[in-house]
Amino acid sequence: MWRGRTRRQFLAGSAGAAALAGAGLFGVSRKRRITGRIVGSDAAVGHRIRDGGLPAPDRQERVPVVIVGGGIAGLAAAHALRSRGVEGFVVLEMAAQPGGNSVSGANAVSAFPWGAHYLPLPGPEAGDVSRLLRELGVILGDDARGLPVFREDFLVQDPVERLFLHGRWQEGLVPNLGLGPEERGSLDAFFHRMAGFKERRGSDGRPAFAIPLDASSTDPELRALDRVPFADWLRLEGFTGESLRWYVDYCCRDDYGMASDRVSAWAGIHYFAARRGEAANAPSHAVLTWPEGNGWLVHRVREPLGDRVRSGLAVFRVQQEGATLSVEAYDVQARRSMAFLAERVVMATPRFIADRLLERNPKARRDTVYAPWLVANLTLESLPEGRGAPVSWDNVWQGSPSLGYIVANHQSLHPVPRSTVLTYYLPLDATDPVTARRVALERSWDSWRDQILDDFRIPHPGLSDQVLTLDVMVWGHGMVSPAPGSLWNPERPESAQPQGRVHFAHSDLSGISIFEEAWTHGIRAGREVADLLNPA
Amino acid sequence: MSDRSTRLLLLASVFVIATCGLIYELIAGTLASYLLGDSVTQFSTIIGVYLFAMGVGSWLSRFVGANEALIFVRVQLLIGVLGGCSAAVLFVLFAHVASFRVLLYGLIGLVGTLVGLEIPLLLRILKDRLEFKDLVAQVFTFDYIGALLASLLFPLVLVPGLGLVRSAFLFGALNVAVGWMTLRVLRLHGPPARMLEGTAAVLLLLLAAGFAAGGRILEWSERSAFEAPVIHARSTPYQRIVLTRHGDDLRLHLNGNLQFSARDEYRYHEALVHPGLARMPEARRVLVLGGGDGLAVREVLRHAHVDSVMLVDLDPEMTRLFSTQALLTDLNAGALTSPRVRIANADAFAWLGTNTQRFDFVVVDFPDPSNFSLGKLFTTTFYERLRTALAPGGAVVVQATSPLVARRAFWCVDATLRRCGFQTEPYHVYVPSFGEWGFILASLEPLPELSALPAGLKFLTVEGARDLFRFPPDMDRVPTEVNRLNNQVLVRYFEEEWGRYAP
Ligand SMILES: Cc1cc2nc3c(=O)[nH]c(=O)nc-3n(C[C@H](O)[C@H](O)[C@H](O)COP(=O)(O)OP(=O)(O)OC[C@H]3O[C@@H](n4cnc5c(N)ncnc54)[C@H](O)[C@@H]3O)c2cc1C
Repeated sequence: MWRGRTRRQFLAGSAGAAALAGAGLFGVSRKRRITGRIVGSDAAVGHRIRDGGLPAPDRQERVPVVIVGGGIAGLAAAHALRSRGVEGFVVLEMAAQPGGNSVSGANAVSAFPWGAHYLPLPGPEAGDVSRLLRELGVILGDDARGLPVFREDFLVQDPVERLFLHGRWQEGLVPNLGLGPEERGSLDAFFHRMAGFKERRGSDGRPAFAIPLDASSTDPELRALDRVPFADWLRLEGFTGESLRWYVDYCCRDDYGMASDRVSAWAGIHYFAARRGEAANAPSHAVLTWPEGNGWLVHRVREPLGDRVRSGLAVFRVQQEGATLSVEAYDVQARRSMAFLAERVVMATPRFIADRLLERNPKARRDTVYAPWLVANLTLESLPEGRGAPVSWDNVWQGSPSLGYIVANHQSLHPVPRSTVLTYYLPLDATDPVTARRVALERSWDSWRDQILDDFRIPHPGLSDQVLTLDVMVWGHGMVSPAPGSLWNPERPESAQPQGRVHFAHSDLSGISIFEEAWTHGIRAGREVADLLNPA
Repeated sequence: MSDRSTRLLLLASVFVIATCGLIYELIAGTLASYLLGDSVTQFSTIIGVYLFAMGVGSWLSRFVGANEALIFVRVQLLIGVLGGCSAAVLFVLFAHVASFRVLLYGLIGLVGTLVGLEIPLLLRILKDRLEFKDLVAQVFTFDYIGALLASLLFPLVLVPGLGLVRSAFLFGALNVAVGWMTLRVLRLHGPPARMLEGTAAVLLLLLAAGFAAGGRILEWSERSAFEAPVIHARSTPYQRIVLTRHGDDLRLHLNGNLQFSARDEYRYHEALVHPGLARMPEARRVLVLGGGDGLAVREVLRHAHVDSVMLVDLDPEMTRLFSTQALLTDLNAGALTSPRVRIANADAFAWLGTNTQRFDFVVVDFPDPSNFSLGKLFTTTFYERLRTALAPGGAVVVQATSPLVARRAFWCVDATLRRCGFQTEPYHVYVPSFGEWGFILASLEPLPELSALPAGLKFLTVEGARDLFRFPPDMDRVPTEVNRLNNQVLVRYFEEEWGRYAP
């Protein structure tokens, strides 16, 4: 006899049998209406900024520093200003709430991310990120070896990942079930090679690949990798095989929104070789996550900023008038405009918007590629189990254009399984970004719903009966994509340099879109401004 | 075949049908009282539903057209499978379906309706072969004799000899046989008749297989259902609570897993509470996490120096049951209604997160870490939180599964507590209904020696309590990892070790 032992699989099986029997005996089939909508800032305001025609300002406000954009970079700039004693600033955010790509939502079941959902353990070069995590109590201190101790309820809980393959779930995302020796060999060789890159240091003593990426070695041999598409590099190096190709593409699409043929080899390797964080109480590959994803960080950083964060204000022009900068913003709710007169401005918007607001001529630069994304949040009555490995944080299946789903309330400490929110990620990279963006913004909720539920049918045939709500968000310009040649060229570092009284902060300045890059640029820009305002 | 023998065979089938019909009803009634308790209610509702359904069936027979013979055969085959498998299906699904009654009455209703169709159809088949007055007289005579036979066979031969599951399969086969015989006797030909003959053969094989496997089905389902009569069963949002009683042996099962047996629970609960609490003569405030049955609280209350006990259990139904039902309050000595006890129905993790009180002694009596959700209650994160609820000099005791069966799991709990800064004193006790069971006493400062125990214990003595802390080599410490939210090694150890023990 035993105490409290459950037969999880058996239970799932017999519940299924009972359902079948029920359906068979009584001819019951539940069909419920799924509710939902397309959420998020509509593209209309963005288009009006682009096309002009917003009302002229009818009010003015003086403030020493204006930060345009309340994403991670903008919030970081504000954070840096405050920690250097500069309190006279506002953060102007176009959307209804700050956060940008790290924005989140919540319902009765759970909070959930709409974009960024995790942060890897910060490595030795990401000092600004580590400092933030210490301030927020995510890092509690150091152990005897000097390794940071992380709050364990923020480290992603086990089981972390599973992959649906050949009709069942396997643990982990690297394909493992039913591989031939050749495929396995190829995967092993690839990971061995990536481990080598992770260890490697350049002749300048810097790590070959670092986060933030500007801390990486400047060795020409390494940087030359930026000019080749990752897929070509893999082929050249003899890394072949279906499984490897699938896994690498999955990773590239996960971090960059595009597959290995459209991102540079340097960026591709960076994904595998740059995460060198360590912890006293977790393995190096652990990540930090919260139900609302990186929205948790947004909330914590935003809180002390109080009413200096002004949401629903879309900046449509930034002009220099003598020593004063005039930042004109449209109040989306009140449908009127106002001007902020500032000494310094931090542009924390994507680069194409900054160009437009400053009325700069963008033609000098290579065109930046932005990957469009779709994110959906599905509220379900219960966790979708399935054959094989148990429900994990990250759940992926082959044969799908999506990256699968994460379980938003995976980090919940509640002991009994119950309703759940799944966050579904779909990079829209089937066609070129411009077409994909246009098509995506025109599609109806119904057609997204059908596509998403169809996709879910691969691993979870009965799932649609469990869905209560399904909301979607389309990210037209989701994230900057590290196209070949976009990272190591002379222009990129230049674009981070202040121009007159205007400073720049955004993950676009790095060419890859991750929290650490956005945060580091924001902190840097905030410091630049603070140092100029109080030249102590 | 002569008309006379045709008639006789058909009348014989009335007899068989009648027996079968009553048998299914008896099986369902017995099964329901066995599983759901309260046999008077179960039997009368089952009989009522069954008879009503028969009425519905009889009424429906008027919609059957000229092909009554074929329909009659189909009905026989259907009753054969449904009735034949009924006991096995109900047994197996009992512990696992949300509302067993829907299944039970659905099945009963269906079988009843089909049985109700039988006699009217048979009457119509026979109407041209017999005078009306003879027909009615003979059919109903055989019907009632069949009923008598069934009611005698059932308690005297079937239940003791074959058991419910096999009896059902046997009578299912008889129904199918009647169907098959009807095809023969009435010389029904043509494709539908041939199809039916084939189906009958397949069904007979199926039912025979069920009959052969009956023992195993029962054995298998009884592991999840119960060996003893169920006296209370209820599904709450959190779990399925089932109480069984066999003589003086009252047992609690949660989700089909035994939580205690009244015969030996005192061993478990005395060992859980006293080796720690008896060494803290100053302890005044005690916290009990899990254990909504109040049995640990009963032991805590034996210590007169304890003036308040806080019980935190997720499920309000558990604490309600164990504070109101006479049988249960007898067992826990009314612990949950003691003025010294307060109850919070909350998730322990969340409760600790908002709690500001400090306790001198904490009893952590959660179910085993058999899944990732429960595994969280055994992690560093949980024990860190627990530390914050501990008064200076306080101690904790944790139920930590069987060190004999799940040796690494047990020592993993120990390693996890140590990693959180606790000094640990693991110990174990033999509880017949569980086997060798383990606990870990953990404190931030060393505890004084045990010198006295409260009066009235049935198992523990001061001498005996000291012995519990000795581990023979087959249960002794093994090195393990520390259980954290991000590795959940405990669940993995547990599954592996218990999996090997009880596959
Ligand atoms: C679907 C998706 C998933 C992601 N997942 C992860 C992840 O898991 N981990 C991770 O590290 N990164 C992830 N990212 C990358 C994410 O982009 C970065 O982590 C980070 O949020 C970028 O911050 P940012 O400040 O550089 O840019 P943005 O988030 O682009 O911030 C710019 C802000 O400026 C505002 N703005 C723009 N124009 C105006 C205007 N005219 N007036 C006022 N305000 C304006 C925008 O509304 C926005 O809030 C993901 C991105 C996407 C799209």
